[in-house]
Amino acid sequence: MRELTYLEAVREAMSQEMRENEDVFILGEDIGVYGGAFGVTRGMIEEFGPERIRNTPISEAAISGTAVGAALTGMRPILELQFSDFMTIAMDNMVNQAAKIRYMYGGKGKVPMVLRTPAGSGTGAAAQHSQSLEAWMAHIPGLKVVQPSTAYDAKGLLKAAIDDDNPVIFYEHKLCYRTKSDVPEEAYSIPLGKADIKKEGTDVTIVATAIMVHKSLEAAEELEKEGIHVEVIDPRTLVPLDIETIVQSVKKTGRLVVVHEAVKRGGFGGEIASLIAESEAFDYLDAPIKRLGGKAVPIPYNPELEKAAVPGVSDIVTAVKETLNRL
Amino acid sequence: MTQKLKLPPQVKETELRELYKQMWLIRFFEEKVDEFFAKGMIHGTTHLSVGQEASAVGAIAVLEDKDKITSTHRGHGHCIAKGATVNGMMAELFGRTTGYCKGKGGSMHIADVDKGNLGANGIVGGGFAIAAGAALTSQMKKEGYVVLCFFGDGASNEGSFHEALNLASIWKLPVIFICENNQYGMSGPVKEMINIEDIADRAASYGIPGKVVDGNDVFDTMNGVSEAVERARNGEGPSIIEAKTYRSKGHSKSDAKKYRTREEEKEWLLRDPIKLMAEVMIEEGIFTQQEADQIKADAKKEVEESVEFAKNSPEPTLDALMEDIYA
Repeated sequence: MRELTYLEAVREAMSQEMRENEDVFILGEDIGVYGGAFGVTRGMIEEFGPERIRNTPISEAAISGTAVGAALTGMRPILELQFSDFMTIAMDNMVNQAAKIRYMYGGKGKVPMVLRTPAGSGTGAAAQHSQSLEAWMAHIPGLKVVQPSTAYDAKGLLKAAIDDDNPVIFYEHKLCYRTKSDVPEEAYSIPLGKADIKKEGTDVTIVATAIMVHKSLEAAEELEKEGIHVEVIDPRTLVPLDIETIVQSVKKTGRLVVVHEAVKRGGFGGEIASLIAESEAFDYLDAPIKRLGGKAVPIPYNPELEKAAVPGVSDIVTAVKETLNRL
Repeated sequence: MTQKLKLPPQVKETELRELYKQMWLIRFFEEKVDEFFAKGMIHGTTHLSVGQEASAVGAIAVLEDKDKITSTHRGHGHCIAKGATVNGMMAELFGRTTGYCKGKGGSMHIADVDKGNLGANGIVGGGFAIAAGAALTSQMKKEGYVVLCFFGDGASNEGSFHEALNLASIWKLPVIFICENNQYGMSGPVKEMINIEDIADRAASYGIPGKVVDGNDVFDTMNGVSEAVERARNGEGPSIIEAKTYRSKGHSKSDAKKYRTREEEKEWLLRDPIKLMAEVMIEEGIFTQQEADQIKADAKKEVEESVEFAKNSPEPTLDALMEDIYA
């Protein structure tokens, strides 16, 4: 099978959907000949034209609301938000409009849209272009939240998101864009709400999202050398969340480490830890649950400070060993 | 008073009685709602458009069935003018399953998507971009409908106003932004909140037409909106119509109206939009005083029947709580 980068996989998923369905179009800032801030839509305007690859003014409030209005009346818009930090400006439309319209209207009307947006630190873009704010969106009933970590997952999950009749927030981690995996050429769908076991193991369960999946797999490899067999689970979607896969894993390993890049305080890891504490897996726990997340600080510019603000491979290794009392 | 009645091409003389009835339906519906709130028979909050009936009825009279509207928190009039039944609306305010939103939306969220009413909106300025998006669907799918976006003087100070009007103007979207300038944003007098006399003048900054109409005169309103609708339908883009009118009641149910004088209220009452319409129609020989009285009585009866309908409708069961969140 051929390999694609995560970025190419996102682009391929959109292109394939757009060839199949006239109602799908993309709107966003600089997504035309420029190809988008990260180059995801590069070449698409040449194939689909400016009507369907719709370059917009710098108006996140307008373009998010326009996507809602278009979705409500029969289109399936994909909104590219240049950086997930700009969600603050699109927030009203996503939280007060998109998420609530169907419910407020008593089940009439639907808002089938995808808001795709690059998230996360590691690019030196500092405090206003590096955040991981997915917990905000996961908190809102009516939204779905997707966070793929691999090219294969990105392609399949994006198709599922576009085909979904609800507003979906699709986080693309910037450091994942250049990662590669085997990606089938044909279109395929990965159902929202199905976790993936990225590595099987018996000693400790790590639940990780986005770039932390890669860091956890690196940590798992190191730990393997010391005879520690870690199971790495990527929930892939926070809403809906496949808690069952995590429960089964924890019942097997008796230990849980949750890792995300987002600030630990109020992060989604707290939700996962709580769900496990409330579940039948609680009785199987042999150690307290460990949560790893970003420090409660704006992401700094200096590269060393930036790295220190979010969990690294060694932090994950240490956390796993702590749960095993093997430090 | 001798006046040659000029109607826009979209409105036939034979429709005027129905429009007159809509004016009374809105008035009686809202007075009934006001009464029920005062008596504690319905809960939550409500925003009444008593005194503003002409801008709702006049603007929507120009539309075809396929056209769409977005409404505001003060939206009962828009709903009725767009063809909603008072039964469904009253039942919604009573929180019953036969209401437009099955009792889940209430006064601020009545929508009738099938009839092209994309919904009232609890967020001031929330409708601008949604209207633009609905207009984008019309343009992309060549559906030929236009969207009428109602907003108030207060909403014109929201950032979403600027973003959406700029977007709609550069894309020449078939949308008409109709400002119901009722002189107050909650308690804020428009003269203290806006540094220009006419909100319609803001159109100049988007290179689109802006026109002021007498919002208490249903005929002046329909003539003004008519041109803007034609322009939008011909692919020439959006317009702003500013209907100068007056909110006879307070902002919401608990408003002592300390920020304005009773004299001012009396002055506007002399130009009551329903009275003005009746005077013109009698003078033009469209109906007699007796017929006008009959229409008024019919409207009153319809509203009274809606109360019975609402009271006799079932309350939702608790099973309904978690339904309709996702499509």
